[in-house]
Amino acid sequence: MEFFRIKRDIPFMSWGKYTTAISSVTFILAAFFLATKGLNLGVDFTGGTVMEVGYAQPADINKIRGTLVKLGMPDASVQNFGTSRDVLIRLPIKPEFSSAALSETVITALREDEQTAEIRRVEFVGPQVGKELVESGALALLVVCLGIVAYLAMRFEWKFGVAGIIANLHDVIIILGFFAFFQWEFSLTVLAAILAILGYSVNESVVIFDRIRENFRRLRKAPVTQVIDNAITRTMSRTIITHGSTEMVVISMLIFGGEALHYFALALTIGIVFGIYSSVLVASPILMLLGVSRQDIVRPEKKEEAEALP
Amino acid sequence: MNRYPFWKYLIIAVSILLGLLYTLPNFYGESPAVQISPLRTAAKADTALLQRVEEELKNANLPIRGMFLEPGGVKVSFADTDMQIKARDTLQSRLGNGYMVALNLLPNSPQWLTNIGALPMYLGLDLRGGVHFMLQVDMQGALSKALDRYSADIRGSLREKKIPYAGLEKQGSVIIVKFRNSESRAQAEAEIKRSYDDLNLREENVGPEFHLKATLTSEAQARIQDSAVQQNITTLRNRVNELGVAEPIIQRAGADRVVVQLPGVQDTAKAKDILGRTATLEVRMVDEEREVEAALRGQVPFGTELYTERGGGPILVKKQVVLTGDRINDAQAGFDANNQPAVHLNLDNNGARIFRQLTRENVGKRMAILLIEKNQAEVITAPVIREEIGGGRVQISGRMTTEEARDVALLLRAGALAAPMDIIEERTVGPSLGAENISRGFNSTLYGFAAIVVFMIVYYVMFGFISVTALGVNLLLLIGLLSILQATLTLPGMAAIALTIGMAIDANVLINERIREELRLGMPPQAAINGGYERAFGTIIDSNITTLIAGIALFAFGTGPVKGFAVVLCLGILTSMFSAVFVSRGLVNLVYGGRRKLERVSIGQVWKPADDKR
Repeated sequence: MEFFRIKRDIPFMSWGKYTTAISSVTFILAAFFLATKGLNLGVDFTGGTVMEVGYAQPADINKIRGTLVKLGMPDASVQNFGTSRDVLIRLPIKPEFSSAALSETVITALREDEQTAEIRRVEFVGPQVGKELVESGALALLVVCLGIVAYLAMRFEWKFGVAGIIANLHDVIIILGFFAFFQWEFSLTVLAAILAILGYSVNESVVIFDRIRENFRRLRKAPVTQVIDNAITRTMSRTIITHGSTEMVVISMLIFGGEALHYFALALTIGIVFGIYSSVLVASPILMLLGVSRQDIVRPEKKEEAEALP
Repeated sequence: MNRYPFWKYLIIAVSILLGLLYTLPNFYGESPAVQISPLRTAAKADTALLQRVEEELKNANLPIRGMFLEPGGVKVSFADTDMQIKARDTLQSRLGNGYMVALNLLPNSPQWLTNIGALPMYLGLDLRGGVHFMLQVDMQGALSKALDRYSADIRGSLREKKIPYAGLEKQGSVIIVKFRNSESRAQAEAEIKRSYDDLNLREENVGPEFHLKATLTSEAQARIQDSAVQQNITTLRNRVNELGVAEPIIQRAGADRVVVQLPGVQDTAKAKDILGRTATLEVRMVDEEREVEAALRGQVPFGTELYTERGGGPILVKKQVVLTGDRINDAQAGFDANNQPAVHLNLDNNGARIFRQLTRENVGKRMAILLIEKNQAEVITAPVIREEIGGGRVQISGRMTTEEARDVALLLRAGALAAPMDIIEERTVGPSLGAENISRGFNSTLYGFAAIVVFMIVYYVMFGFISVTALGVNLLLLIGLLSILQATLTLPGMAAIALTIGMAIDANVLINERIREELRLGMPPQAAINGGYERAFGTIIDSNITTLIAGIALFAFGTGPVKGFAVVLCLGILTSMFSAVFVSRGLVNLVYGGRRKLERVSIGQVWKPADDKR
């Protein structure tokens, strides 16, 4: 079986105008939703309490809400979580309740209404911790970006590093855009997924860059556009197959992983789809734009090796 | 060219064998167990304890599944949780207060596996259920307590040296001592400087008064805060031991934080209550010379405080503390002669001496025993001293419930917190959710893996099969490695295992596509295989290193669940490079390497542009 039967190099670079336009539009849309709607930050970042409460039979959301209002928590959000028997309660930070007492107060009140209520999960994050998690998250993102740029610059050339990271930040913004548009909850695990995507989807750019470098040595007379087109065309089948395989696992996670892994898997799913697009159609045009040339790659001392290749 | 020397096959075989061996314990599961550890150094975990536990359980008719003696205590496993809980209750009541009896899980794997250190993966709280707390130590509180101590000491020194002073007060982080003239101030300054080198002194004149301002030096502040955190950790550890938790984790996190993880704790309310309480005991004298009535009107005499005795009337208590809870060796709940709940205290040598002296000098007078919690003091009892009490045995009884007596005893036994603490992060996962999370993580991995197996074999036939075998080896090595390292496996960690599988196949796809490409260019099969592996190698390294960078950054900056994700991701990248490149090449060599005249390889259809021109 062979999916990809491509006779000639696909002129990706001549489509630069369109792909740039598509990228810009999605990017601007994502940035727009991020700016207007903002991320629905989870309790990890905002601070507050999340309780997952399990019942023996389908839970009466309105009654639970009523009980919480009676406790003086009208700003609590109550919703089903996964099944109709599980309820997720979100409580903002309450200075008048001590952190430890809050979840106990709530579960005691809920037990009075319904004997079978049991705590499945409680997460409380104090405001200062939330702030720190935001900071360390941002720092991790920055370090990953710098690390990747540095590695690509060392392994290839700075232009490759810059092109690679721009393409991948483009993915990150788009994932964030999705989370902002649908107001999906952005938690610590989602951040982990995004960072993993950043590392993973750079792979794609690396594979293409590797080919570009090889082509510069091999196709000595070809113009830069042709070198890049050839590199992308010849790596395309593996790009799609590897991403496809990873996507299979991630979708399995989306289906079987339950609520706890839902947004994590969702972020990965989106990230992988856009990862293909961006490494093929974003990274390489940027590389062109930065004016990559044969001299950047084929240095005199490497000439022998280049000639040794068939 | 496609042959491996024997030693390379040996490495592969050994690594797979080790992987199998260390992955094995994960398949046996765990059985409910009870862990019995002595709380005091006097009692030892020895064969005598082992025998005693066995006897008690036999008498209670609870069949034992397995029993182990370890340096920390005795572990007994049972067939089900019902029996486990019965056993815990039985042992707790029969063995008494000297032992901690906690619920635990024990791996079911055979003894020989345990002997070579093969243990199941260490599950995080989100998979096994339990409580995670992050507590912040109130550093200001620690300093303020230290200043209180210094104030009392300075008062004592000045009185002892007969240096007259007009007053002493604490304002924020400053102790102000007031004098009527500069001579006595100079005297005092010399004296304080001599005795307390932790204090910075500054003179100041306010109106007619001569002030001496004392502040803590920055080194002293750092030292006090550091020891406050240390002491709090010790106290927390004692308290957690009292709660009966198997394998608790209590560690310092940063300058002023403590992380407490209690696996398998069900009663989180009780855990939170016991951890957060700052109870300590003070013994002071009751001031009987002055009028309580005047104090009730708002004129509390100097040097005394007004309290209400539990279940009694208001009393005036002197500010001076005679004895504190630090002097308590042991505290047990029990009953007094009138069958009222009581706490029996056992003071240390120093405490016993002080207490004997106090009671000798104050026969006929009243002393007050105060319980101080969250900066609120309460007089539990204020008995009249009838005679000298020696030997350091003290009994406090005063309108307590049995439950209260037990909690007070526990808190006094565990020692006081050096500074108050706040819970700033809490993550509790119930055991049912933990079990659900395990099966979810497992299913995600299983079905993802299955999908890849089907696709790879259909698309790359023999090479697909080889790739998938290598992928299986990768999974085996990863789980084996996680078991060896006993790294904490969390739900995101399980997600990382699944993700690693998806990402590891990347390397094999890269290789297989390269081989196809070489074949397309008309290379003979053996050369194509060699070329494919050689050329793909650089790319595989590059792409894995970028992912590794992300993984390391996540590990460095992540906390809790994210860290768990990062650990597995990084380990998975390492094992996948080994299996995808080294192991799969070994397999390919085994299958194809030996054939001199290899006409074609089974890598699926290799389409050549020329074939299409019909």
